[in-house]
Amino acid sequence: MSTALAESAAGGLNPLRQTKPRYGEKVIRGILFAAAAVSIFTTFGIIVSLLVPSLEFFAEIPLTEFLFTTTWTPLFADGQFGVLPLVMGTMVITLIAVAIAIPLGLGSAIYLSEYAKPRARKILKPTLEVLAGIPTVVFGFFALEFITAFVLKPIFPGIQVFNALSAGIVMGIMIIPTIASLSEDAMSAVPSGLRDGAYALGATKRQTALRVIVPAALSGIVAAFVLGISRAIGETMIVTVAAGLQPNMTLNPLEGMQTMTSYIAAAGAGDVATGSIEYKSIFAVGMLLFVITFFMNMISIRLVRKYRQAYQ
Amino acid sequence: MSEIHDPHAPQSTSDLTNTGRMDVSAVLEGAEIPEAVSNIVFDLANVQVYYGDFQAVRDVTMQIGRNEITAFIGPSGCGKSTLLRSFNRMNDLIPGARVEGLLAYHGYDIYAPEVDPIEVRRRIGMVFQKPNVFPKSIYENVAYGPKVNGMKVNMDDLVEECLTKAALWDEVKDDLKKSAYALSGGQQQRLVIARCIAVKPEVILMDEPCASLDPIATAKIEDLMKELAKDYTIVIVTHNMQQAARVSERTAFFTADVDAQGVRHGRLVEYGPTRRIFTAPHDPRTEDYISGRFG
Amino acid sequence: MYTSAHDTAPVDLEGTGQPLVDKTFRWILFLCLAVGIVFLIVLLTYVTLKGWPRLTPTLWENMPSLRRPERAGAQSAITGTLWVIAFTALFALPVGFLGAVYMEEYANPTSRFTRFVEINIQNLAAVPSIVYGILGLAIFARALSLGQTVITAGLTLALLVLPVIIVSTREALRAVPQNIRHGSLALGATLWQTTWRQTMPAAIPGMATGTILALSRAIGEAAPLLLLGAVTFISFNPTGPFSAYTTLPIQIFNWTKESREEFQILASATIVLLLVILLAMNAVAILIRNRTQKRW
Repeated sequence: MSTALAESAAGGLNPLRQTKPRYGEKVIRGILFAAAAVSIFTTFGIIVSLLVPSLEFFAEIPLTEFLFTTTWTPLFADGQFGVLPLVMGTMVITLIAVAIAIPLGLGSAIYLSEYAKPRARKILKPTLEVLAGIPTVVFGFFALEFITAFVLKPIFPGIQVFNALSAGIVMGIMIIPTIASLSEDAMSAVPSGLRDGAYALGATKRQTALRVIVPAALSGIVAAFVLGISRAIGETMIVTVAAGLQPNMTLNPLEGMQTMTSYIAAAGAGDVATGSIEYKSIFAVGMLLFVITFFMNMISIRLVRKYRQAYQ
Repeated sequence: MSEIHDPHAPQSTSDLTNTGRMDVSAVLEGAEIPEAVSNIVFDLANVQVYYGDFQAVRDVTMQIGRNEITAFIGPSGCGKSTLLRSFNRMNDLIPGARVEGLLAYHGYDIYAPEVDPIEVRRRIGMVFQKPNVFPKSIYENVAYGPKVNGMKVNMDDLVEECLTKAALWDEVKDDLKKSAYALSGGQQQRLVIARCIAVKPEVILMDEPCASLDPIATAKIEDLMKELAKDYTIVIVTHNMQQAARVSERTAFFTADVDAQGVRHGRLVEYGPTRRIFTAPHDPRTEDYISGRFG
Repeated sequence: MYTSAHDTAPVDLEGTGQPLVDKTFRWILFLCLAVGIVFLIVLLTYVTLKGWPRLTPTLWENMPSLRRPERAGAQSAITGTLWVIAFTALFALPVGFLGAVYMEEYANPTSRFTRFVEINIQNLAAVPSIVYGILGLAIFARALSLGQTVITAGLTLALLVLPVIIVSTREALRAVPQNIRHGSLALGATLWQTTWRQTMPAAIPGMATGTILALSRAIGEAAPLLLLGAVTFISFNPTGPFSAYTTLPIQIFNWTKESREEFQILASATIVLLLVILLAMNAVAILIRNRTQKRW
């Protein structure tokens, strides 16, 4: 009966109905949606621009040769396309970098999170942020000109001008802010109740930090490590400047070696004929690099979500 | 006064239908609209409000009269604010919120598919618990509503008129360009009221408008309300029983049913003239609340 | 609200024996931090001292030259950087702001599309920058035939910093209280009117600092541009979006590769110039952040 009232009480159309169709709002919503979708276009673009030439590459060079042989001479007449030297180079430098960045980064994070007084924190934290903001080409320059010449040469007289150690050390320091800030986020997210409870039981800061906080923040800390490793693998300028451009299948950090990234940079910046197999090799290596870092990033993102959910 | 019937009151004459409503058969014949009908601003029939699967408010049937102040009272968590927000479709902003039953404004279903919520909100304004003035000047706060609604008016005059009606003009007239944040809490709430009436609504909904104000500011707002009721219909949600007793002509008392899982669902218990609610309530739960035995 | 140890812990916690271990541990941690800080100081000192002889107006007045290093300057790199950043901002800011507005104000937060876009953006933020160079090379330079020009660089870097802008803008929008939006909507404003007239203006300081952060990042990027033609020897200022170009980081890279010592000094001086520019930008960002601590 009330519906009848509604229909006939004023005998006409509902005055609250939409009089103007508000096209403007619909158009705006469409524009905004398109803007948000650009990021999807980016991912799609990356995958397509890597995939097409890579598939062409692997039509000529079998995947097994690419992944499992150890000679990388793409520019020779009868080029060999075994990517292992590049992967090896990447791994050696990454290992050095991570061996520095993880302990120093985690240590810095624990200090900032559990020990530093607010005033000290106000100065120290931004300093790390400054370190993070320095362009990587500057780090490369510093590695080549200073670290190799003045720090490493005195210790290892036989060290080459281009060497993995210098690049690895500098890259390690460069990654410290990444690991430190993400680890610190994870540690701050640990409820203060846990901390206070430990102190109340008479634990020292050291015991609390090591036995309570770090385990509680572990997934976030591991996420930080994974992200740091991913950054090391994907870093280009430092290795291009300081580690040389010679593929080198070795574990000796005193020698120079080419990485996946510095190969892409060198080949891409040089005059490589479009459509040639050398040209396509850039994309094949790029594909490998993308796949490796993609998986590491997904792991890191999952881990971050895990600890965020745990404390929220 | 308008002919509003309390559905829970004992039925008396045969003019009334079984649910205690107006007899509308005359209207259905195409007759002239009785004065009484247009004096009903809101007509609720078995209104339920859900958030997803959770039923926040159940079975509300009531009518709100024009140029009256109607108060919703009751303990926390019984859906008063939720119900209020469904009057101007502000609940639409919460994902999963929906209204069932009929909520009619002058006889028209507010939730009909062809209804424009923007238009609804222009006619049915709202004042919130914490004064939410915009981070702009006093002038711009009042001028905002008319501007976005495309009202072609002399803005300076309109701003002055609204600030005067909101009993704020004398305090701010010397510097309308001052930031709204520079005002005190009570002044900000009056600015919100001025802003609200600038779009020429018919109804002003108030959700605990004095909750964050001191007693003096509260008294000013209450006086203002009584003045505003001459031109507007006001529905106010309040935790303050004395306030409801002071300002309103009708009061609706809500409570919460707690189900087997311990979840609270709001419902309307009793609704009628304020005097009766506070002196001779029909329902024992109302009596308990009024006398302070719970809530 | 999470507090950290220094807010709640008592002053001295050397309680359960082993005070030496605790003290040593604390010092080890501090050393971890100190390594990074000392490194930074040494780096800044080194480049400043090394580049000092060439920190003269010739640095920005002259063009680079391979034959006469004593007269070479970085003007083409400076103007190139300005041109490229201008186009980066031109593409990245509108798309980033509007995309963030969609995600924060319009999208249903639980929908699969929203989740997908969010994960996508998180992933893009961690993709190696050289991969963006590959994207720019394949799609902008070649497929769209935009060539190795300013506009290609601008588009590529725009995509690179887009995640930074989106994330920081979303945070800025989130910081605006819901109250303000509700007040606007309750007056009969549409969602766009509310967003454009109330929410976005209130979020401007956060958006500004995010913008500066993103553009600082873009200014320092070299890897993607290596694939986009910036390494060719450029001794002229760009004349338009389809002009060839070089940028400061690339110029530094080019000079670093040269064996002659004069070029190392030039590289050092250019590094100082670049760092000063970045420092100035970040100082502005910090100023904005401190000046506009909103009084919600």
